Amino acid sequence: MKQLIILLFFSVLLFSCQDKPAPEEEISADSIFLLDSKWQNEEGKELQLRDLKGKNLVVVLIFTSCQTACPMLVADMQNIYAKIDKKKLKETSLVMVTIDPENDTPEVLKEYAKARNIYGEPWIYLRSDKESTRELANVLAVKYKKISPVVFSHSNIITVFNKNGEMVSQAEGTVNASGIAETVNKL
Amino acid sequence: MLEKKEATMNKLLKIFLIAGGFFFLFSCENSSSQQEITSVTEASELVKIQTEVKMIPIKGGKYQPFYGEDSTLVEVNNFLLDERQVTNNEFLEFVKKNPQWKRSNVKAIFADETYLQDWQDDETLPKNANPDAPVTYVSWFAAKAYAKSAGKRLPTLDEWEFVAMADEELANARDKVSYSENIINLYHVKFREKNPVKQSAPNYWGVYNMFDLVWEWTDDFNSIMSTSDSRNGKVDDKGLFCAASATSVTDVLNYAAFMRYAFRSSLKANYTVANLGFRCAKDINQ
Repeated sequence: MKQLIILLFFSVLLFSCQDKPAPEEEISADSIFLLDSKWQNEEGKELQLRDLKGKNLVVVLIFTSCQTACPMLVADMQNIYAKIDKKKLKETSLVMVTIDPENDTPEVLKEYAKARNIYGEPWIYLRSDKESTRELANVLAVKYKKISPVVFSHSNIITVFNKNGEMVSQAEGTVNASGIAETVNKL
Repeated sequence: MLEKKEATMNKLLKIFLIAGGFFFLFSCENSSSQQEITSVTEASELVKIQTEVKMIPIKGGKYQPFYGEDSTLVEVNNFLLDERQVTNNEFLEFVKKNPQWKRSNVKAIFADETYLQDWQDDETLPKNANPDAPVTYVSWFAAKAYAKSAGKRLPTLDEWEFVAMADEELANARDKVSYSENIINLYHVKFREKNPVKQSAPNYWGVYNMFDLVWEWTDDFNSIMSTSDSRNGKVDDKGLFCAASATSVTDVLNYAAFMRYAFRSSLKANYTVANLGFRCAKDINQ
């Protein structure tokens, strides 16, 4: 009997041991969840990138006043959305990051989303300060430059991350929505 | 007899279990201390460092970037710039205080596999390296972290280029034929990145080594690209050429600047390169 209690005691110890380190270990050396930058979503809620953990991410950089490439990028994102399996969609976030934090306030982002019917899950809009935005752009290897107060030039890249924030694939230029959706469906 | 044996067995089992328990306890402690280290790294909290380097006040103004919208002048505000690059020795002090930036600890997303690759170990500079030579094989993230821990920042591309217009006599020497020639000639010198800082003459501002040792990270190096939204994406080399020909004749002759821009546009933030270092800057009203 005594032995049984001791055994029980130690097995409890064992389990408590295993439980602790687990969540930390999941952030790997090349995960975007290592970035400490602080962001706001379209509701004005403060968050960090690691708060997006647990879902596959399809990420694109845009700015809402963009008249040229962004509408096409957003259309690409909608195409990807349509092609992701319904079941997978529950494990996926489609993330639009603004490169124009001065103009794209949470209110502007929300309005933009609602007007285009790309609001609510799985869509997430993110805004940060200039420094953190440039850092994320650097991680995504997206180039951008402010040309005038309302115009940004930027490269068109859609990036897929797995649930641990590790980059799985990147598509540049005229993207193949089916291909990206396929990548997400296999995650 | 049999009972006695059973009793000893029980004792042995207990000892075994207790010893095992201790082992678990210890392994628990280990993992929790490791966990602390990871979380410190993740928070990327930086320990402050003291730097001796002199900062030079730069009087800003409008300038014509080598590459950008046609004839668009860019305004550069007054700012402070380190008179020279960050040296091997200074970077060593930085990693000693900020172990998350040691070679064996750095995360792949922040620095690629050649980070500080010529160092002998985490805290030993390369063999025969001059401690006062500019540190190289550092990523943009590492440079940024260093600057932050020194209470500074990286210069913007425009700030750097603004100061780079100077030769020894003029704040803007771009019109001189010798300006570009001198820089290009420097590019022929082999292993110039191994030389210590401040051995050559300072420029008009009193800033050293803008061209003769290494290329330098700028905060927004990733802003170089064609000036139009191009659906074909990529860093548009064609755009780079087009824009160059659209700017003034002097700039087309400024082959050195073209090389710098082309080099910057080929970089990613976690790249580390043998002849790429950095210096820090600061806003002037701090």
